[in-house]
Amino acid sequence: MTNQAKNPVLQIDRLCVSYGKVEALTNASLTVGEGQIVTVIGPNGAGKTTMLSAIMGVLGSKGTVHFDGSIEAVPEVERLVARGMNLVPEKRELFGEMSVEDNLVLGAFQRYRMGHRDHPKTLDEIYDLFPRLKERRTQLAGTLSGGERQMLAVGRALMAKPKLLMLDEPSLGLAPLIVREIFRIVTELRRRGVSILLVEQNARAALQVADYAYVLETGQIAMHGPATQLADDPRVVEAYLGLGGKHQAMLST
Amino acid sequence: MRTDRLVQGLFVALLLVLPAVLAPFYVTLLNYIGLYALVALGLVLLTGVGGLTSFGQAAFVGLGAYTTAVLSTTPELPGWIAWAGASPWLTLLVGLVFTATVAVVVGSLTLKLSGHFLPLGTIAWGISLYFLFGTLESLGGHTGITGISPITLFGVVLDAGEKIYYLIWAFVMVAVFTTQNLLDSREGRAIRALKGGMVMAEAMGVDTSRSRMIIFVIAALHACASGWLYAHMQRFVNPTPFGLHIGIEYLFMAVIGGAGHVWGALVGAGLITVLKQWLQDILPRLLGSAGNFEAIVFGVMMVLVLQRAREGLWPVLKKLVPVKAPQKTIDPAADTLPRRDLPTAGEVILEARNVTRKFGGLVANNDMNLTVKAGEILALIGPNGAGKSTMFNQLSGVDTPTSGEVLFLGKPVAGRDSREIARMGMSRTFQHVRLLPTMTVLENVAIGAHLRGGKGVFHAAWRQDRAEEARLLKEAARQIERVGLGSHMYEEAGSLALGQQRILEIARALCSDPCLLLLDEPAAGLRLKEKEALGDLLRKLRAEGMAILIVEHDMDFVMGLVDRVVVMEFGQKIAEGLPDEVQRDPAVLEAYLGGV
Amino acid sequence: MDVQIALMLAQDGLTNGAIYALLALALVLVFAVTRVIFIPQGEFVAYGALTLAMMQAGTVPATVWLLAGMGATAALIDGGLALRAGQTRRLVGVLGWNLGYPLGLAALLAALPVKDMPLAAQVLLSLAVVVPMGPLMYRLVFQPIAAAPILILLIVSVAVHVAMVGLGLLFFGAEGQRTPAFSDANLELGPLMVSGQTIWVVMSSVVLIVALYQFFERTLYGKALRATAINRAGARLMGISPSLAGKLTFFLAALIGALSGVLIAPITTIYYDTGFLIGLKGFVAAIIGGLASYPLAAVGAVLVGLLESFSSFWASAFKEVIVFTLIIPVLLWRSLTSRHVEEEE
Repeated sequence: MTNQAKNPVLQIDRLCVSYGKVEALTNASLTVGEGQIVTVIGPNGAGKTTMLSAIMGVLGSKGTVHFDGSIEAVPEVERLVARGMNLVPEKRELFGEMSVEDNLVLGAFQRYRMGHRDHPKTLDEIYDLFPRLKERRTQLAGTLSGGERQMLAVGRALMAKPKLLMLDEPSLGLAPLIVREIFRIVTELRRRGVSILLVEQNARAALQVADYAYVLETGQIAMHGPATQLADDPRVVEAYLGLGGKHQAMLST
Repeated sequence: MRTDRLVQGLFVALLLVLPAVLAPFYVTLLNYIGLYALVALGLVLLTGVGGLTSFGQAAFVGLGAYTTAVLSTTPELPGWIAWAGASPWLTLLVGLVFTATVAVVVGSLTLKLSGHFLPLGTIAWGISLYFLFGTLESLGGHTGITGISPITLFGVVLDAGEKIYYLIWAFVMVAVFTTQNLLDSREGRAIRALKGGMVMAEAMGVDTSRSRMIIFVIAALHACASGWLYAHMQRFVNPTPFGLHIGIEYLFMAVIGGAGHVWGALVGAGLITVLKQWLQDILPRLLGSAGNFEAIVFGVMMVLVLQRAREGLWPVLKKLVPVKAPQKTIDPAADTLPRRDLPTAGEVILEARNVTRKFGGLVANNDMNLTVKAGEILALIGPNGAGKSTMFNQLSGVDTPTSGEVLFLGKPVAGRDSREIARMGMSRTFQHVRLLPTMTVLENVAIGAHLRGGKGVFHAAWRQDRAEEARLLKEAARQIERVGLGSHMYEEAGSLALGQQRILEIARALCSDPCLLLLDEPAAGLRLKEKEALGDLLRKLRAEGMAILIVEHDMDFVMGLVDRVVVMEFGQKIAEGLPDEVQRDPAVLEAYLGGV
Repeated sequence: MDVQIALMLAQDGLTNGAIYALLALALVLVFAVTRVIFIPQGEFVAYGALTLAMMQAGTVPATVWLLAGMGATAALIDGGLALRAGQTRRLVGVLGWNLGYPLGLAALLAALPVKDMPLAAQVLLSLAVVVPMGPLMYRLVFQPIAAAPILILLIVSVAVHVAMVGLGLLFFGAEGQRTPAFSDANLELGPLMVSGQTIWVVMSSVVLIVALYQFFERTLYGKALRATAINRAGARLMGISPSLAGKLTFFLAALIGALSGVLIAPITTIYYDTGFLIGLKGFVAAIIGGLASYPLAAVGAVLVGLLESFSSFWASAFKEVIVFTLIIPVLLWRSLTSRHVEEEE
C-alpha cells in the first residue's frame, strides 16, 4: 500500500545518500500529496535529517525527486526555493545578530529577486499567524527563547510562500506547551493549502496531526501507512525503544 | 632489495655524477635548487604536515646569512664572540643557536595565534625583519655586506660552484633523511596530528603547543642553514633575497611540489627555480619587453594547483615511479609495555556530584548525579537534545560545570587539561570520529600510546628510538587485533567504514592503558555482527575490571549489554536503574515517544 | 616638535587613516561573507589609481585587456555550463556581460577623447574598468574552491596578489604616477593649512561608509550579505546563493579599493606595487576589529594612520617596521580573546 494522494506535490523515488563508504539513506521513496501533512518518524540517527537535506539539494544524492510537476535531476537549493520548496532545518539556522523582522524579510529574498515585491503584505500575514513575533519584531533573533526561535524559523520559511514546507524536528528541545502550539500551527498551515513534510522524533504528536506516515529506521523506510493506523502499531514503539530486539534485528540485516 | 632504497640510492648517485657532466651554469642552478629545497623542506614539516602556514621563512634564511656575514667580515669582533670569526663552521653554529632563539621568541608570540591569524603574523614579522635588514647601518643597509670568505672542508676551499655543490646537497640529503625519520616516529605522529587532529591528540596526551614549537624551530633551522650556505656561496649578502616576496615563493615551492611530502619540497624547489630562470631569461626576449613574468606565471599556477590538485605535484609524480613504501613490521619479540594496576571491581572510578551546566539562560545539565564503578558498564541515554553531550563534556573534563563537581579516582577533574586527565587513566572516543584519515590504522592507534613512550625529536631523527618504537607498535597491533581490525592494520584509516572507524577509536583509547573508558555512541553505523563483536569486547574489558561509560542511541545494543542505565531529558536525570526497569518506566516512554 | 608639526602629522594620519578605514571595511566584509582574507585588496587601489593616470596620459589603459581576458575565461566556463544545460537565455546573459561589456568598454575608451574629458568622467571610466574585475575574480578564482579551508583560501589570495603585482608592472611600468588633485582649494584652519584633496578624501570616505551602512541596513541585498556572513547555511536555505553573495562582495571590495586609489593618487605617488603595503595597513586595522567588527576596524584604521605619520617623523627609517610589528601584539590579543575552534579538514 502506498500513499494514494491525488496530486502529489513531492514524490521521491529510491533516494540514496552516502557519506564516503557509509550509506546513510537507502532507496527511500515517499509521496506528499497536495494539502497533506506527511510525517517521517524514526529514532535518532535513522537518517531523517539526511533525507530532508538530500531532497533540498543541500546534500548530494542518487535517485529522483519530482517536485510540483517536474523532475529535479540535480536538486539545487536556490532553484527549489524559487520553485516553492522550503526547509525549516533542525538547527533553525536563524540570523542571530539580525532583528526578527530582518530575518523574516530575508525569507522573501528569492521572491524579491524574481521581481515579486509583495513582502510587506506577506509580513503582515506572518505577524497575524505569530503575534509573538510581531511583539518582538525589533529584537535580535539570537535573544529569542526556544519556542520563539522555532516560530521565527517557520515564519521565515513561510515568507517565501512555499507550496511545500519541510519541517525538521520542530518540537526538538521545546517544552510540551510550546510543542502543542507548534503542532496547532502546522495544522493551520494545512488549512491554508500548504503541503507539509514533517520529520519528527516525537512520534505521538506527529502521528496525531499527520495524514500519512513513514517510519525510517537505519536509513530505510521500514513501515508506512495512514497515520491513524501507525499510531496503534506496536512495532513503532519497538523501533524506538528496542523492546522487541528480535524484530529489529530482522529489519536491519 | 627494497625498491624505495634503490630509487633513493640512484638519486644520490645521480647527484654525485651531475657536476662532472653538466655545464657550470647548470651546476649553479642545481646549487640554488638545493638551497631552496632546504627551506622548502622545513615548510613541508611546518605547513604541509603540521598545518602551520608561514610566509616568513625568508627572514630566517636572512638571519642565517647575515649572522655569518657579520661574524666573518667584522675585523674586530667583541671578545666574547671573537672565537666565532675563526671558521665559517663556527658561525654556522652561532647562526643556528641565534636562529633557534629568535624562533622560540617569535614562535612563543605567534604560534599562539589561532587559525588564519598565524599566517598573517608571519607576513607581519617577515616584512618587519626585511625592513630591519635594510635599515640597520651595521648590516650595510640596502647594499649589504661583501667579502665573505668561502667555506673550507677537510682542507678544501669551497670557492667554486661545483665544489660547494656537494656540501649543499649533503645538507639537503641529511635534511631529507632526518625529516623522513622524524615523521615515522612517536613524535612524528604527534606532529602529523597537528593538522586537523589537535583535540584528539591532546586527549591522547600529546602536548600540541610543544609539537608546534618543535616544527617551527626545525623549519627555522633549515632556513638558517640554507642562508649560511647561500652567504658563503655568493660571498656577499643584501636584503633582497630575504624579503616577503621570496618568503611567498618558498611557500609556493612547498605547495606546488606537494606540501605534505618530503620529496615534494625538492620537486617544488626544482620546478620553481628552473621555471623562474627560464621566465626571467627567455620570455622577455621573446616578448621584447621587460616585466615580472615569473610572478604572473607563479601566481596563476598556484591558483590552478590549489583548485585542481591541492596535494601538489609529488603525488602525481609518485604514480609514475613504481616505488612501494615498505610495510611496517611488528616485532613480536619486542618487550610488552608495562600496564597500570587496575582498581578492584566495584570501586568508584568516576563520580558526578550535583553537576549543573548553564549556557547563558539555558540549563543544559541540571543537578546531575552519577557514578561509574570499576568492572561495570553504565549507559547514559536520552532523546536528542537531552544534554548528554554536555554531560559527556563535563565528565571528560573538556568543559567545566557551572556548579557541582566531577571526581575521577577521587580527584576533581575541573581545572586539569586533557593531557593530565589522559595521564591519570581516562580515555575516550569521540561522537564525530576524530582520526587522521591519511595515516594507517596502525599509526592512528599508536597515537593512543603516546604517553607510554618518551623518546624525543633528536632520537627520532637519527633513528635512536627503534626499540621503544617497536614496543609501541607491538602494543598498537595488539589492541587492533583485539578489537577485530587486524585485517585492516595497514590500510588508511579514512578508507574504513564509519563503524570501523569508531572501533578504531576504541583501540586507540585502549592503547593508552586506561582504567576508565568513555565511549560516545560507539555502536552508531555498525552492522549487527559488528555490534555483537563490540558487545563481546566491552564485556571482556568489563571482566578485566575496566570502568566503562557509554552514551548511546541504539537501545538494542545498550539493553543487552550494560549493567545500569541513566536516562536524561531536558538536562535532568529522569530515571536510573537496571535496563529492564528503565525500559518500562512511563517517564522514559514519554521522553522517547513524546506526549501530547 | 611644535603644535603645527603635530597638527600636520595628525592631518596626514587622518587622511591615510580614512583610506585604511575604507580598505579595512572591505576586508572585514569579504572575510565575513566568503572567508577569504583578501590580500589583493591593495592591488585594486593601485589599479584604480594607475588606470586613471593612464587615461589622463592619453592611452587606453591596459587593465581593460585584463578585464577582457578575465571576461573571456568566465564566458568560456559559464557559457559552456549554460550550453550543456540548454539554457539559451542564460547563455546570452553570460556572453553579454563577460564579453560584450569589456569589448564595448574598450571600444568606448578608444573612441572617446578620454584625455580631455572632465576628471569626474575619467574617474567613472576608471571604475568601470577596474571594479568588474572584482566579481570576475571571485568567479574564476574563489568560487571553484568556496568550500576550502580558510588557509587554502589565504594561500590562493596571496597567489592572486603576486600575479596582480606582476601584471601591474607589465601594464603600468616601473614608473610611479601622481594624478592632479580633485580641487586646488586650500582651507585655512587656524595655524593649519588643509588641502582640498585631504577634504575630498575624508569626505568621500565618510560618504562611502554611510552609503555602505545604508546598503546593509536598508536594502534586501545588503541584508542578504549580512545574513550570509552570519549564517551561511541559513542564507542558502533562503535561496541566497554563496556565489551571488561572493560576487556582490567582491564587487564592493573592488569598488572600495579602486575608489581609494583614485582618491589618494593626487596625494602620494602610486607605483604598481604600492597597493600591497597600503592594503596591509588596512589589514592591521581590520585585525584590530578582529576581522569582524566594522566600527573597531575603522577606529583601528585611524590609529594606524596616526601611528604611521608620527613614527615617520620620529624614526622615519623604521616606519614600516613599527607599523608591522604592531600587528603581532594585536594579533595575539585577538587570538587570545577569540575562542579557538579547530577547523576540520
